[in-house]
Amino acid sequence: MFDLDKVRYKNILSVNSLCIPAGKVTCIIGESGGGKTTLLRLLNKLISPDTGEIRFHGVPLPQINAVMLRRKAAMLSQEPVIFPGTVRENLLAGLRFSEKPPASDQALQDTLQLVCLEKQLTDQAEQLSGGEKQRLALGRLLLLDPEAFLLDEPSSALDEETEKLLLGTLYHHIRATGKTLVMVTHSKALALQYGNLVVVINNGRMCGLQEDACAGN
Amino acid sequence: MQEINNLPIWQLVAAYLFILVLLAIIKIKEIPREKEITLATVRMTLQLVLTGYLLVFLFEYRHPVLSVLAVLLMLAFAVDNTIKRVRILLSRQLKKVIALSMTAGTITCLLFFVLVVINLSPWYEPRYFIPIAGMLIGNSMTGISLGVSRLAEGMRTQKALVETALMLGATPRAAAKTIVNSAFDAAILPTINSMVGMGIVFLPGMMTGQILAGASPVTAIQYQIAIMLGITGSVALTVILLVQLGYKTFFNEEQQLTV
Repeated sequence: MFDLDKVRYKNILSVNSLCIPAGKVTCIIGESGGGKTTLLRLLNKLISPDTGEIRFHGVPLPQINAVMLRRKAAMLSQEPVIFPGTVRENLLAGLRFSEKPPASDQALQDTLQLVCLEKQLTDQAEQLSGGEKQRLALGRLLLLDPEAFLLDEPSSALDEETEKLLLGTLYHHIRATGKTLVMVTHSKALALQYGNLVVVINNGRMCGLQEDACAGN
Repeated sequence: MQEINNLPIWQLVAAYLFILVLLAIIKIKEIPREKEITLATVRMTLQLVLTGYLLVFLFEYRHPVLSVLAVLLMLAFAVDNTIKRVRILLSRQLKKVIALSMTAGTITCLLFFVLVVINLSPWYEPRYFIPIAGMLIGNSMTGISLGVSRLAEGMRTQKALVETALMLGATPRAAAKTIVNSAFDAAILPTINSMVGMGIVFLPGMMTGQILAGASPVTAIQYQIAIMLGITGSVALTVILLVQLGYKTFFNEEQQLTV
């Protein structure tokens, strides 16, 4: 799905060659501040590389409209950002931004269940805890139903048990729908458990690659 | 119509007592604003005296080029003043947008006002053309200062919200919509408030000036209504141009946030 060729971004990240396959789970691990988030931002075209080329389905990113790309490969930041309003308004925000029709309340309830969030649609989103906001933001992204999910530590604010439950559910959802998942995670164990491909990035350089590491066992 | 009541110089000087009292109060209260108040008073006096003589010259040598030059000078001063008043670092692109919005918005409204509303003949008659331009430009300058501050501040403080919207597939326009609307609100609200309070809470300067100069209150009110509507239109048009063109300066051609 994504091909990177001699990509450099400032002194933050340098990747000589990387192929992120479609319909698979790619996990990115490495030290904090090593460039993992920068890689996701490059894939989401929030920033552009100084040199090198990134291709999406074989087409160089400069030739793709950034908005169209983001609607196909949507990203979730590590710090959950919640829009003012209710849980319902937050879930619907993504659909509104990507100019898709709004979802029914039943679809919204199903999404809340999928991200293990036991809240009412009418609850004020600002009053949720950090972990709940993170799950709400993930639910908002899932509703968009893009081709690829670019997730930056989607479970960093969760306790171990909830993290395991959420990632398990997310993994099975991704596998069942044939989507692509690119996920930054702090946990090597989780990466090895869920990633078809594990990319290790340290000090701004890709220093390891492990294919078919796991598969959700 | 009554004769114009000239203000003897000693009576005008007496008006400076207001400032002396103010300076005494802030001295007692230990509010460190003497320098600013003194400077503003001196500046206002000098500017108005110079403007008075300049207007006498312009009224005497009526010429379209002179009228247009005077308006362009006011515009240049207003743009410069707006950029200096905003206490946020503005990009070169945004400064260009300020200049463009101010010029296009006020000149459009000024031409409509003099050609259609008061049907001025000749259109450049400095006695009308220059003061009307001054009122439109002055109010638009206040609106644009408020609008650009709110816009630039909003884009910085709400960067995470804007970028999250982009990640979800929003266009830059949709991502910045809330900030753009809030900037427009902040800019237009003082003008709306002054319309609401006009005639009850306060008598506007232009109308008071006309009445003091001997005009009938009914005539003064007609002009005041027209100019107030013109000011509202001018502020709204300049600020709409500012926010609609201004938010784009925070994104590059790759639809990436550059704040």
